[in-house]
Amino acid sequence: MILGAATIAVVVTMVLALIRAFEGPSAYDRMLAANLFGTKTVLLIALAGYALSWESYLDVALLYASVNFVSTIAVMRFFEYSGMPRGKADDGGRS
Amino acid sequence: MLIALAAIRLQDLFAVVMLFGVYSFMTATLFMDLDAVDVAFTEAAVGAGVTTVLMLSSLRLTSRWEQRPKHSPLVPLIVVGITGAALIYGTLDAPLLGDPNAPVHQHVAPRYIEQGPIEVGMPNMVTAVLASYRGYDTFGETVVIFTAGLAVLLLLGIQESPETKPGRTAIGDHQLVLRVVVKVLIPLILLYALYVQFHGDYGAGGGFQAGVIFATGFVLYDLVFGEGDARMVVPPRWLHRLAALGVLIYGGVGVISLLAGKAFLDYSVLAHDPVHGQHLGVLLVELGVGITVFAVILAIFYALSGRRRVS
Amino acid sequence: MTALPDLNALFEWLSGFCLLAGGLLCITGGVGLLRLPDFFSRVHAAGVTETLAAPLLLTGLMLQMDWSLDLFKVLMILVLVLATNPTATHAMAKAALHGGYPRKAVGTDGSAEEDASSKV
Repeated sequence: MILGAATIAVVVTMVLALIRAFEGPSAYDRMLAANLFGTKTVLLIALAGYALSWESYLDVALLYASVNFVSTIAVMRFFEYSGMPRGKADDGGRS
Repeated sequence: MLIALAAIRLQDLFAVVMLFGVYSFMTATLFMDLDAVDVAFTEAAVGAGVTTVLMLSSLRLTSRWEQRPKHSPLVPLIVVGITGAALIYGTLDAPLLGDPNAPVHQHVAPRYIEQGPIEVGMPNMVTAVLASYRGYDTFGETVVIFTAGLAVLLLLGIQESPETKPGRTAIGDHQLVLRVVVKVLIPLILLYALYVQFHGDYGAGGGFQAGVIFATGFVLYDLVFGEGDARMVVPPRWLHRLAALGVLIYGGVGVISLLAGKAFLDYSVLAHDPVHGQHLGVLLVELGVGITVFAVILAIFYALSGRRRVS
Repeated sequence: MTALPDLNALFEWLSGFCLLAGGLLCITGGVGLLRLPDFFSRVHAAGVTETLAAPLLLTGLMLQMDWSLDLFKVLMILVLVLATNPTATHAMAKAALHGGYPRKAVGTDGSAEEDASSKV
């Protein structure tokens, strides 16, 4: 039962992160929210998998933890360090 | 579904790519809930990892903002609406999902479920069906992946340019913490890929997932340390040969079965005992699949990431 | 041998406490992500959920499992999360710093000024 409460807490956090990913005025906010969403998915799969007795759920959670990291690094590499044109909704700084 | 709607409406393609990653996470969780672990595995590895990286590379080559279409969307909308309605009308006769009286559950599926552990002898039924009972289909899939890699190499090609010489041009220049952590993390990712490859008989896993995870390790190296260093580690020539080698292994197993007098891809002749033969055959073909998938994904990534915008 | 039943109850209490604390910290971080005004302050909120709440939740999960391969897999997930998430957050914050995200600098008399230059 406590496990269920923890799972619901993680799902609520995921929804909050999603709202930030939709709004987030700058791209950095969206990056952060997407990374957070991925981390919470790892926790969700670990907790819900144990509670609902999914099969091989820990392999998937381990995979997500790495894939989330790679995805975040890719977003940073291709946005920040490559001279991509900054958007109109973004900050100033170098362009 | 909300994520999909938002992804359609947004014009900032960079945000769309990130939303696709989020969508992929949610889809994989849904697959886990439906007890389809292998599919969730592949969706996680491909949809959230590799697809995001490849889309971002191509975004860097084109433009970040979506251009408004020049024609009115009314006629395409009507065509799509009529086709969709016709398709939905056609599915009204189909049996419900999970209906035990559906034809798909009557003939082939019980045979796989009941005879699978006896004939093939591995606990993971998905791998047994994929690699042994439907091995011919999987061979076709591997050749399709190889062809896709060929097409990308023919159209784009892996270029040698000043940016792909060794010397740091990537994130690792500015971020020491990232560099050190990634150096420790990449061997662990590669080890995990090997675990997934060889554990596919017992748990979730198999050749496709393992190849993708293996490629993800090298993509991470490329992202942090630059294309030059990455191309010193895995030169593009090797990728051509590795992709072909994977398909060759798979086809070779089939040809050996032919030479031994049985059907193409009949694994029972490979060892002294049919069940051992099945194990050996599945091991070899999954290895072939993994090698091809790894080589093709890395080749597509090299082809996209080594180019610069001509502007 | 009479200490053994107490040990199980102790583990259950610890596990429940860890799970509840982890869940609460997760929601706090999520609310902080929404309500805080600036990217850098949101990085702090996200850092709390990733580096403190996630290990707490995973420890609570581990305390409920028996000694098996699953336990070591959860331990590996915990180590991976602890290693990669602070790195990703740090990398993002540093990228935003160098990318010229407008920082609000506090002047010597305590008033806040907009500072859009990024010389570091």
